Amino acid sequence: MGVLPEAGAVPAGAGEASGAAALGDEISLRADDYTLFALPPGFALDRAALEQRWKQLQRLAHPDRHAAQGAAAQRLALQWSVRINEAYQRLKDPLKRGAYWCELQGQSVGAHDNTAMPATFLVQQMQWREALAEAGSAADLSPLQAELEAERAQRLAALQTAIDVQHDARAAAQQVRALLFIERFEQQLHERLDRY
Amino acid sequence: MALLQISEPGQAPDPHQRRIAVGIDLGTTHSLVAALRHGHSVCLPDAQGRVFLPSVLRFLPAAAPHRSPSRQIGWEALQAQTQDPANTISSVKRLMGRTRADLQASGVLERLPYTVVDGAGMAAVRTVAGDISPVEVSAEILATLRQRAEDSFDAELYGAVITVPAYFDDAQRQATKDAAQLAGLKVLRLLNEPTAAALAYGLDQAAEGLYAVFDLGGGTFDVSLLRLSRGVFEVLATGGDSALGGDDYDRAFADALLLRCGHRGHASELPLAERAALLAEARRLKEALCNLDDAAQTLPFAATLHGQALQCPVSRAEFDAATTALTERTVAALRRVLRDARVTPEQVQGVVLVGGATRMPALRQAVATYFGRAPLTDLNPDEVVALGAALQAQQLAGNPDSGEGWLLLDVTPLSLGLETMGGLVERIVPRNTPLPAALAQDFTTYQDGQTALALHVLQGERDLVQDCRSLARFELRGIPPMVAGAARIRVTFHLDADGLLSVSAREQSSGVEAHIEVKPSYGLSDEQIAAMLQEGNASAEQDMRARALRQAQVEADRMAAATRSALAADGALLQPEERAAIEALLQAQARIRLLDDAAALDDATEALAQGCEEFAARRMNRSIATALAGQNIDQF
Repeated sequence: MGVLPEAGAVPAGAGEASGAAALGDEISLRADDYTLFALPPGFALDRAALEQRWKQLQRLAHPDRHAAQGAAAQRLALQWSVRINEAYQRLKDPLKRGAYWCELQGQSVGAHDNTAMPATFLVQQMQWREALAEAGSAADLSPLQAELEAERAQRLAALQTAIDVQHDARAAAQQVRALLFIERFEQQLHERLDRY
Repeated sequence: MALLQISEPGQAPDPHQRRIAVGIDLGTTHSLVAALRHGHSVCLPDAQGRVFLPSVLRFLPAAAPHRSPSRQIGWEALQAQTQDPANTISSVKRLMGRTRADLQASGVLERLPYTVVDGAGMAAVRTVAGDISPVEVSAEILATLRQRAEDSFDAELYGAVITVPAYFDDAQRQATKDAAQLAGLKVLRLLNEPTAAALAYGLDQAAEGLYAVFDLGGGTFDVSLLRLSRGVFEVLATGGDSALGGDDYDRAFADALLLRCGHRGHASELPLAERAALLAEARRLKEALCNLDDAAQTLPFAATLHGQALQCPVSRAEFDAATTALTERTVAALRRVLRDARVTPEQVQGVVLVGGATRMPALRQAVATYFGRAPLTDLNPDEVVALGAALQAQQLAGNPDSGEGWLLLDVTPLSLGLETMGGLVERIVPRNTPLPAALAQDFTTYQDGQTALALHVLQGERDLVQDCRSLARFELRGIPPMVAGAARIRVTFHLDADGLLSVSAREQSSGVEAHIEVKPSYGLSDEQIAAMLQEGNASAEQDMRARALRQAQVEADRMAAATRSALAADGALLQPEERAAIEALLQAQARIRLLDDAAALDDATEALAQGCEEFAARRMNRSIATALAGQNIDQF
């Protein structure tokens, strides 16, 4: 019998747009997120329409609305409700939405498939890390925070151009990877701020 | 010959088919039961007309050897608290799903006026009747409320929605479910208390927009942020502090009173009886002072310690000063929840106060200052949680005319994740994820030729395994040997509408799979529950049989009625032979219905349900496909 290591799993490829696998054989359950939410595939998104559609679909599918209809209906309602929430969560978040659009074009954004980043961005990452390491107070961190926010805004705009104007999945995937890094780094920064 | 009754599709044929479902607020200091009567949610009173049941249970010594010890519950037990603190269990909600070590670490232990020991799976209370599990105490309270509801309707209860603090973790939720099972109650849902309050408010006042619910109970503190729009209640974020409540104000005040009278030391260092008396006096004074308009007006405080009489005048200003730190903690939690939801205080349209402790003027002021507006208090803050729970119970019981227009979209209150190398937690389901949900992440092996993976499921917001609560462990075996990092193992967390978690792991290339339904290790085992049920006052066997038959009949009639109305509405979706098969199952069930055999009837009902599965799938797919086609789905 094989001996297990002390701890189990090593994460591979964080931030992957992997959702629940096949939930059923019905065509409509397998519809992609955009179709399910009746939204045009792309990056720019009508947030109000997304929210409204989510509530409409859940009104229809949520298991609580089928309490009178027995176990079979409940199970099916659960599958639908899960699928609707999955698509909603993915479309709501700009980064997840961008990654999902890339995957629909056959371009994976998984970090394990392609870690190549432009050298200039790698240099920038190093500078940010140093700035974070050297900061001694919350005040020291505010220029870094502002810089990250600006970078984030600029890259989100570039992501939108890559998807909605150029339809360039490779360029979009690269922006998504850079944005994923910024998101993780900002999280480290917030953790540091919480400690001050 | 008995004729089969056939009613209009979608309508309950007779009142007995109506399921009686209630909402129960199982509180730290008191509990309530509410139900819908004539379309309105109301709290059900006891025989004396009181809606509150103090959450207090007292054990008395056995009157004679071999006789079981007797018990007092509610008001009677509460009255005895100061004279018999060691055997009078109050605030038991704080002990649910907690070990003695947990209670010690959170500082709860030293403040309880009775003796807490290690028990089976969680802490227990040492009394003259032996060591009592908090689950048993909660079960007694629930059973009392169940009885009250059954007397009130003169009918069996179908089930209950029981409220819990939003911040309760899986162990605390499971303990609450165990208590319900012990009390013979079917749990339709555990509903978060602030959400229940929002339901009551939203449906009563037809509120729209962004609402914050601030719920300070006897022993718990919760905040939730909800968006209400056209009958959909969407929980945006939830948070709080499961070890902060009105009780803490009593204790802080008691300490301040001792100091004021020149007594050195804390209330927690006093003997049990004196401590209980002092806390009761602090609470009485707190309530009296909070009812005064003038913060400077004084009331006399009097207590006896070690035979020595203490006396001094005290004002609400002094009470406020002694409890400022606690109020600040509540505001800090409020800030966190709003930050989670990326909402500013100005965006919140209304603030709902829940819990008796929110009657304190200083607290109200702090909340009003934070939001820049006075909180809403139209509904009784002590009753609003039970009233909301009753509304959801009605919907989940599936009564034909209930819950038509609204829907609650809840979220998971705490993050869930897996242990990874180095004792770190990889978060898979972030807190505030809408339910139900399925979230997956890929993992890999870390050694060459590794054929098994140990998966450790955790709950909490911290990064280290040791700071989170362990929910379950399981293993995935039979992974084909590969170099480290080559395997792709997809781990999926499934949460159903109840928030119940199951986790599955699948190696992608070989398809080997493992799966676990998470029942936290802190809960009681099924054997322990069974043992408690046997010890308890189980109903006589005949009673049980009659009850089982009635339940089987109600279920059978409901299923038959639902099937007939589905056939009438959507029979076109079936081929003639498919329809004939379902009709045959209906007739078989109707024949067995006449036999008074509960087990056989349950089987027939189950057979009917299974026979209708494909039909149900087609109906739902069609209704959603219609919606996808762009029709106005508000009509559904």
